[in-house]
Amino acid sequence: MKKVIMGNHALSYGAQLGRAQVVAAYPITPQTQVVELLSEMCADKSLDAKFIKVESEHSAMAACLGASLAGARTFTATSSHGLALMHELLHWAAIGRLPVVMGNINRAMAPGWSIWSDQNDSLSQRDTGWMQYYCASNQEVLDTTIQAFKVSEALSVPGMIMLDAFTLSHTYEVVDIPEQEKVDAFLPPFRPKLRLSSEDPRAFGGLTSPEHYFELRYKQQKDIEKAPALVAETGKEYEKLFGRRLELIEGYKNEDAELLFITAGTTGYTARVAVDALREEGVKAGNLRFRLFRPFPFAELRRLVGRSGRRVAVVDRNLSSGCNGIFFQEVKSALYGHVDGMPIFGYVSGLGGRDIALEHFREIAADALKRQPPAEEIVWIGVRK
Amino acid sequence: MIEIRFHGRGGQGTVVASKILADAIAKEGNYVQAYPEFGVERRGAPVVAFLRVDNKPIYDKSRIYTPDHVVVVEPTLVEAIDVTDGLKPGGTILINTDKKTTDFPQYKAFRVVTVDATGIAVKNKLGTLAAPIVNTAITGAVVKIFELAKLPSLQDSIRETIGIKTEDNVKAAAEAFEQVVFGKAGGK
Repeated sequence: MKKVIMGNHALSYGAQLGRAQVVAAYPITPQTQVVELLSEMCADKSLDAKFIKVESEHSAMAACLGASLAGARTFTATSSHGLALMHELLHWAAIGRLPVVMGNINRAMAPGWSIWSDQNDSLSQRDTGWMQYYCASNQEVLDTTIQAFKVSEALSVPGMIMLDAFTLSHTYEVVDIPEQEKVDAFLPPFRPKLRLSSEDPRAFGGLTSPEHYFELRYKQQKDIEKAPALVAETGKEYEKLFGRRLELIEGYKNEDAELLFITAGTTGYTARVAVDALREEGVKAGNLRFRLFRPFPFAELRRLVGRSGRRVAVVDRNLSSGCNGIFFQEVKSALYGHVDGMPIFGYVSGLGGRDIALEHFREIAADALKRQPPAEEIVWIGVRK
Repeated sequence: MIEIRFHGRGGQGTVVASKILADAIAKEGNYVQAYPEFGVERRGAPVVAFLRVDNKPIYDKSRIYTPDHVVVVEPTLVEAIDVTDGLKPGGTILINTDKKTTDFPQYKAFRVVTVDATGIAVKNKLGTLAAPIVNTAITGAVVKIFELAKLPSLQDSIRETIGIKTEDNVKAAAEAFEQVVFGKAGGK
């Protein structure tokens, strides 16, 4: 059924179709509608789930951990300061191997109190061991949510789905909402091998000596490393059922591009418009949009960037203070030693919800085509200096 | 692609109007994107909503800077702000007013179209006399002027979205659809 819905509701429908069994969440702008709709679904029984009201995001995640450990498919959603408040328990979910799925609306960190988009909230949680997906359309939000349950449960790794504040969370688009039976055929019920149960009592998360902790982390890493292949495979299976392909990195006119933008989130969709405009103006541009950022899709990035002899412009809607854009750092690191002599430049734009529009991509293209490597400095786009 | 900007005041249902329109347009198979001005809505403050329509997928996620048309849901905004900011030359301004199209000489670079959405809302007892809810009437005028969707599709969308006084809202849209007054370019 095709329906015009907002990005936040695409998360709610994804959790509903995924038959989440426990939802524990605390409202925060711009995430509120995700939870509002889920609470209505729980109230009218269109979602057979326990809705747990909590007094903070820390408690929301704590409730999710308990529910997941007991064997329930668990969903929550938050944003910026809410995500930051969960920080301790994000580690707990990941090392505890609990496949909680969470939507996070990318919102800038205060102060200056902001409700608008940038990626510093989720990228600050980059090292907690959660999978990170960045979305560009409402359809992708819904499809990713359903797939995230499947991938997370197969690997016992939690998954975080990102939507740009307002630009995606509050934007209405046509979404094809799949039939429940088809989603059920794709996504079987959650049946963890180990769970909290009075019939088979076990202890979880106990004291772990240096004799064992290291191996715990080794196994966690080995399992999350399986994710890129599994996401790709799950994406193909999803395409067979629903006709929509979900890739690790979406390439657009990248094969013959002399200038390659690298983007994530909704910026990666505006980039496609910029690529078309620049090609009409005689610049052979292309775009790669990260859909999966954790685990990092090394092989896919190297395959898509391919040959040397092109220039790469990484557009970051985030900033690691005292360093530079986070996608920029990681792309450079992933390509080091794999592609010879490729100039890679980092552009920081759109912090705190400042718009990233066609003219900004023109500015980036003009700079990237003439700039000389090496490139350690930040190129600022759209800031008043 | 057609890009339209809506000007209203918080509480009038401007954002809901753009959502109803998006729904009606999608019913007829076109691609659409509707979004509010990104911020904290306050009752009575000027609000802006945007609508993009195309016959192919819409990838542009940036703001609309140069709309093809603007819709003025709240007539007092004509005095308060420049509703023509960025409006493409020759674009249309739809104004909710009981005045004539020739009463807006300041918009002579554009085509002025009027509809008395407030009068229609009052007549159908939508909202209160002091604060009539004009958004469904506005949607009727919008689909007529810009030929974005057929009236029955719009009326279906209103039925699916508005839970209170549903049929009065459906009627308001139809009346606005009929009562739109087209001015000529050059403020005539």
